[in-house]
Amino acid sequence: MNAIMTVTGNDHPGIIAAISTALAGMGVNIVNVSQTLMGDYFTMIMQCVLSEDAPDLATIQTRMKDAGERVGVVVHIQSEAIFDAMHRL
Amino acid sequence: MTTSRTAAASQDPTDPATAKNILETIRMIEEERLDIRTVTMGISLLDCIDSDGQVCRRKIYDRITTRAQDLVATCQGIEAELGIPIINKRITVTPISLVAAASGEDDYLPFALTLDAAAKEVGVDFLGGFTALVDKGRTHSDKVLIDSIPQALAATEYVCSSVNIGSSRAGINMSAVAAMGRAIKQSAELTASIAGLGAAKLVVFANAVGDNPFMAGGFHGIGEADCCVSVGVSGPGVIKRAVEKVPGRSFGTVAETIKKAAFKVTRMGQLVGTMAAERLDVPFGIVDLSLAPTPAVGDSVARILEEIGVERVGAHGTTAALFLLNDAVKKGGMMACSHVGGLSGSFIPVSEDIGMIEAAGMGAIGLDKLEAMTAICSVGLDMIALPGSTSAQTLAAIIADEAAIGVMNHKTTAVRLIPVPGKEVGDQVEFGGLLGRAPILATSRCGSDEFVARGGHIPAPVHAFRN
Repeated sequence: MNAIMTVTGNDHPGIIAAISTALAGMGVNIVNVSQTLMGDYFTMIMQCVLSEDAPDLATIQTRMKDAGERVGVVVHIQSEAIFDAMHRL
Repeated sequence: MTTSRTAAASQDPTDPATAKNILETIRMIEEERLDIRTVTMGISLLDCIDSDGQVCRRKIYDRITTRAQDLVATCQGIEAELGIPIINKRITVTPISLVAAASGEDDYLPFALTLDAAAKEVGVDFLGGFTALVDKGRTHSDKVLIDSIPQALAATEYVCSSVNIGSSRAGINMSAVAAMGRAIKQSAELTASIAGLGAAKLVVFANAVGDNPFMAGGFHGIGEADCCVSVGVSGPGVIKRAVEKVPGRSFGTVAETIKKAAFKVTRMGQLVGTMAAERLDVPFGIVDLSLAPTPAVGDSVARILEEIGVERVGAHGTTAALFLLNDAVKKGGMMACSHVGGLSGSFIPVSEDIGMIEAAGMGAIGLDKLEAMTAICSVGLDMIALPGSTSAQTLAAIIADEAAIGVMNHKTTAVRLIPVPGKEVGDQVEFGGLLGRAPILATSRCGSDEFVARGGHIPAPVHAFRN
């Protein structure tokens, strides 16, 4: 399954490292990344592919939320289906 | 990093437009309270009919607990996967007056208790279908059901009741209207300790629809299949935010803006419904396009009308603003789904909408304006708290007026009134949760007793010479 993850919070060193390490540990592959700073506000959107043996999305959400909290950012991860449905005909 | 073909073809966040869309969706859910109001499973009970009431009830319990056993877990899985809340999981069943008729029993409270037990077992929020359809006439079973409503609503937690008393084809069954005035009154009195909340689970319809996923008026119509899932969307916050972005612009722009926002909101309903139907292995019913408010700040239909330009909901211009809103939501929503149904209009419940609560509290809106608004949108006089002293005849007369609007205009109208025991005009009543709170509204000082006492039938309207 493809999923979209967004990461937002105040910028500081180590955010991408923390997030990508946590994802790698669960067998989630990052296929596309967009990252911008609005002032000091860090915004990152990742397109991920969950491997066959990755945990289910609810488990990934819980773990990524914890991983995000440890470095002071908010993480959302959702099935790509929701964005396809809303923005594509 | 490797990029799979499918991944690249869909949501590539390095494309600025895609990134903007992704953030927009997340903002809608996080800040504008976009959610799925309900996933409702409709279950036919027609083949549970039995001349032995006990056997019938056992079949009903087994049918519901089997069909809907995975409903809640499946919905929770979809919530997690899509990151969008599904607020309620509900069940509708075939009108119980039809299912219970063969039992020959003279009290349907045991049927209500069975439905309640089944709802509790599968963990849903509400179960609708303690229902009778009496727009033309009442069977013995319909009478038994209507007489059982007050006790049934007082004794159960999850069961919702509805009665259809009129239709454009049959006119208005005024004897049933009078009976429903009494049923509302008794339902409130029997639940006096909880602010008359029994009456909040009772809806009186004209032109009721059999695929409504919303409560308290949902039931699984007799024209429906064995089982299906339908979806009700929400999203007033999304529409309001969209209208905020076009201040001072003409109505054409407002309508266009609402259509686009409604399209996006409704696509969520279509997606969730499709996923739920697939996973539960039942047909997908419909998406109900209704904008359903909650008492939470940022989830108000009244606020959209105020954003369109009326100072407070209820001011002159409110009906026209609601007409625009209701129509634009439908136009945007219809393009977004494969099957549209249910009530599909803007809900204007007083107690469940912070803008309505405020306007009613300050006297900006009253029963008369609310009645006018129901002429151009569903679903009717909804969640309106009245003085506990309101007579059954006055309640019946309000129902008759509302039914007349529906019957004459070929639309669904509904009445959900709560004559709150011990409360008077100027008081406030707290229902709690999604049902919210409401100031007690005044009814007319003049009576309608002789009008209601006539009984019988108001004939169906002529469908030509429309003026």
